[in-house]
Amino acid sequence: MKERREIIVKWMLIGISFLFFIIMLVLPLLEVIVRALADGWDSYCNAISADHTLSALKVTLIATVIALAVNTVFGLAAAWALTKFDFFGRNVLSTLIDIPFSISPVIAGLAFIMTFGRSGWMAPVLDWINQTLGTDIALVFSVPGVVLATIFVTFPFVSREIIPILYAQGSDEEEAAALMGAKGFTIFRKITFPHIKWGLLYGMILCTARAFGEFGAVYAISKTRGETFTLPLEIDALYMTGSADSITQAFAVSSLLVAMAVVILIGKNIVEYYGRKRK
Amino acid sequence: MKKERLKKQHSIIPGRGMTLGITITMLSLFILIPLVSAMLYSFRMSWKDFTELITRPNVTQAFATSIWCSLIAAVINCIFGTILAWVLVRYEFPGKRLMDAMIELPFALPTAVAGITLTKMYSDNGFLGRALERVGIRVSYTRLGIIIAMVFIGIPFVVRAVQPILEKLPAAHEEAALMLGASRFTTFRKVIFPEIMPALLSGFGLALARGIGEYGSVIYISGNSEKNGTQVVSYIIMSKLNSGNVDYEGAAAIALVLLILSFLMLFLINMIQHFAARRTNA
Amino acid sequence: MYVEMRKICKKFGDYEAAKSIDFGIEKGKMAALLGPSGSGKTTILRILAGLEKQDSGDVIIEGRVVNDIPASKRGIGFVFQNYALFRYMTVYDNIAFGLKVQKADKHQMKERVNEMISLIGLEGLEKRYPDQLSGGQRQRVAFARAIVPNPQLLLLDEPFAAIDAKVRKELRAWLKEMIEKVGITSIFVTHDQDEAVELADDIIIINEGNLEQMGSPVSIYKHPETPFVAHFIGTSNTLDNLSGFKGFEGIEAGKKVIIRPEFVEVFKNDNQRFKNLMDATEEGIIKKIAFRGSYLELTMLVNGVLLTTTRSLERRSVSVGEKMRVLLHRVYLFDDTNAEMRAEIYKNELLKGVDIEML
Repeated sequence: MKERREIIVKWMLIGISFLFFIIMLVLPLLEVIVRALADGWDSYCNAISADHTLSALKVTLIATVIALAVNTVFGLAAAWALTKFDFFGRNVLSTLIDIPFSISPVIAGLAFIMTFGRSGWMAPVLDWINQTLGTDIALVFSVPGVVLATIFVTFPFVSREIIPILYAQGSDEEEAAALMGAKGFTIFRKITFPHIKWGLLYGMILCTARAFGEFGAVYAISKTRGETFTLPLEIDALYMTGSADSITQAFAVSSLLVAMAVVILIGKNIVEYYGRKRK
Repeated sequence: MKKERLKKQHSIIPGRGMTLGITITMLSLFILIPLVSAMLYSFRMSWKDFTELITRPNVTQAFATSIWCSLIAAVINCIFGTILAWVLVRYEFPGKRLMDAMIELPFALPTAVAGITLTKMYSDNGFLGRALERVGIRVSYTRLGIIIAMVFIGIPFVVRAVQPILEKLPAAHEEAALMLGASRFTTFRKVIFPEIMPALLSGFGLALARGIGEYGSVIYISGNSEKNGTQVVSYIIMSKLNSGNVDYEGAAAIALVLLILSFLMLFLINMIQHFAARRTNA
Repeated sequence: MYVEMRKICKKFGDYEAAKSIDFGIEKGKMAALLGPSGSGKTTILRILAGLEKQDSGDVIIEGRVVNDIPASKRGIGFVFQNYALFRYMTVYDNIAFGLKVQKADKHQMKERVNEMISLIGLEGLEKRYPDQLSGGQRQRVAFARAIVPNPQLLLLDEPFAAIDAKVRKELRAWLKEMIEKVGITSIFVTHDQDEAVELADDIIIINEGNLEQMGSPVSIYKHPETPFVAHFIGTSNTLDNLSGFKGFEGIEAGKKVIIRPEFVEVFKNDNQRFKNLMDATEEGIIKKIAFRGSYLELTMLVNGVLLTTTRSLERRSVSVGEKMRVLLHRVYLFDDTNAEMRAEIYKNELLKGVDIEML
């Protein structure tokens, strides 16, 4: 009697899960593909090879690569500083790092406008730099602004993955190596890195995913289609045009990002698999 | 002995100055300075203007919409997230690995893509939207739509928070309770739920924080109508940045309130979590 | 003195881990830093190694003040509490690491590492990773890794803490033999008095950041200088006073009394060996008898207080409730209102002129 009830509960729960899974996750994916190809293969190809799309792809890639590099450097440094040493304000620092996760991306974009924009307090400094160096750098409504916004929203990804690993591992091995006279970089490369490599890769993948897809933060700080637009902004522009054609184009461009998302998911699962196996 | 270790101030491990320097410099440069600037910017406004702005009906309504929708979405996520995590940990069935792998799709899928897709799916010419229309439910351009978008982006937070705890929870734990004659439901409520409670709360907190500030996935499906009460706070902020009616001070002021709100909620959840953890440990 | 600590002080916030620690160890000796957990003994070891920096005081190795010499240049081998083996390196690479970072000659390095591996008896396991080794094998690797660069001083932090009680004894003997073979001066930290007594030439007892006593195992056992040492070494009962016990009337009021099982002699009324001392005995009733493997542990009620003593299985059998004669021949006294006061031995006054050890 009890056995049968358990089996019923089991399949009921699996059923609910599948229903939720299909409606919330699978159908949206299919929807993108179906709508992307609504006007046929040719117009799909035209949409994804349009000038605006290519320019957006370029900006997206630039922002992602720089954000990833910044993140990795920061993540490794922060994880090392926070887990290997004790200092005044360590807990505050570790809380501050996570700020970008708890605030709206729109605020992130806004923050850069408030700082470097025409009425921001850093604007005179920036003008001065441009005048002395004879450059014409703008940090707002420009590609560097897009990069900054992307860095902001992805900031904690790498450090968050590595810090727990290093905490759990402790510092004994590093201490032993230092005692034997190993230099900082040797210790990191030979002792620490093998522990964190899968976590690092995992964090980098999450960072890439977010950098590719960020919308709110970038939207606030990027205004020129075909120059400073990223792929999500291009999708928005196409969608907002409102004609049936442009909406289909929006989905065509979306399908590019869906493909990237799928690649990221696969990569993530592979990394997770190896990470677990090593344990 | 452990205490001595933790209090270690001097360490022979190298790199303290360098890593701490990089960390603080980058954090200040990319996060803290811009954020503080934004907060200070809102002080350019007089207190009277500030209160007048944030008590405007469309602003208060937007706050209400953001808070309520994200709360409801986070609760829905806690329910389905726990079921999903449970099913993924405890049962074997075809398609399990795919399901497990795809839980994080909302993290990987750009929010704008999610936004326009959900909008079209649930609009009157999308097939789910048509089906629901027939039973009298409208999703696109309503608050229900906002909630669905927030459920979409929030689900991985809950599943990924609860899943590892369930994995670690030994089956013997519940078997013991079952052997003692407890019913399935009692076992869950008394034995399993207290264990996953702290993780569930942190998942709830993350989903909530994400929902309150969400922009990309929400703005298409919401329709952003003041009349229908479907404007969210991030939309209001963004609309003040757009050409035509640029109002940086107003945007900064509302952002400040949103910021304080997010921190308050996180703080509250941390407190609850703290007490819940203390209770289970006692 | 080969290794010396002079007036070492160390604070972690409010917690004083070392309060002016002074000691010296001769070349070739093995010393134990013994104390309960949290006593500061590990901190002292870490200061000696240079893993921690003292607030004041000098660390002297081979006549040289090494305060400002970094840990890696002090010529010290260190075995960590949980060994801290490099988990992602093989046994061979673990042992070779110290030589590699010193850029040793490849050929010599190989020779030295192999020599070490055969010394610790792990031939054939060179390619294993630490998590494929048993606790004892890990300890051996940690030992080899510590001594491979030929340090002048070996420090070991709770070397047996991570090992099953069963194999611990065996490993103790092994480690002692190894250290003697290598002939290196060594200091280890432990909270286990058996371990200290068995391995060390000198025992340094640490409590709450204070050095309580230093000396050979026998002298520490026989002549504890502080109440803490009297308590910590061996088993003991503490009493507020000894009122009613003959021969101890001279004890000043307010002093506390520590009694070891060995200070208590229990025999039957018709005992021949102690018959001349019957006047000095008290009457006691056996309250509890516990079998401890090779002897009995008796709990006696004497003059309203409980005393513990041991009894050989070779002696006449006794039973609970039986009345016995109890001879208390000496006690330790201390004044717990005065921390500076050293513990003193107080002999039963009625036994003056009698050498109880001769009986």
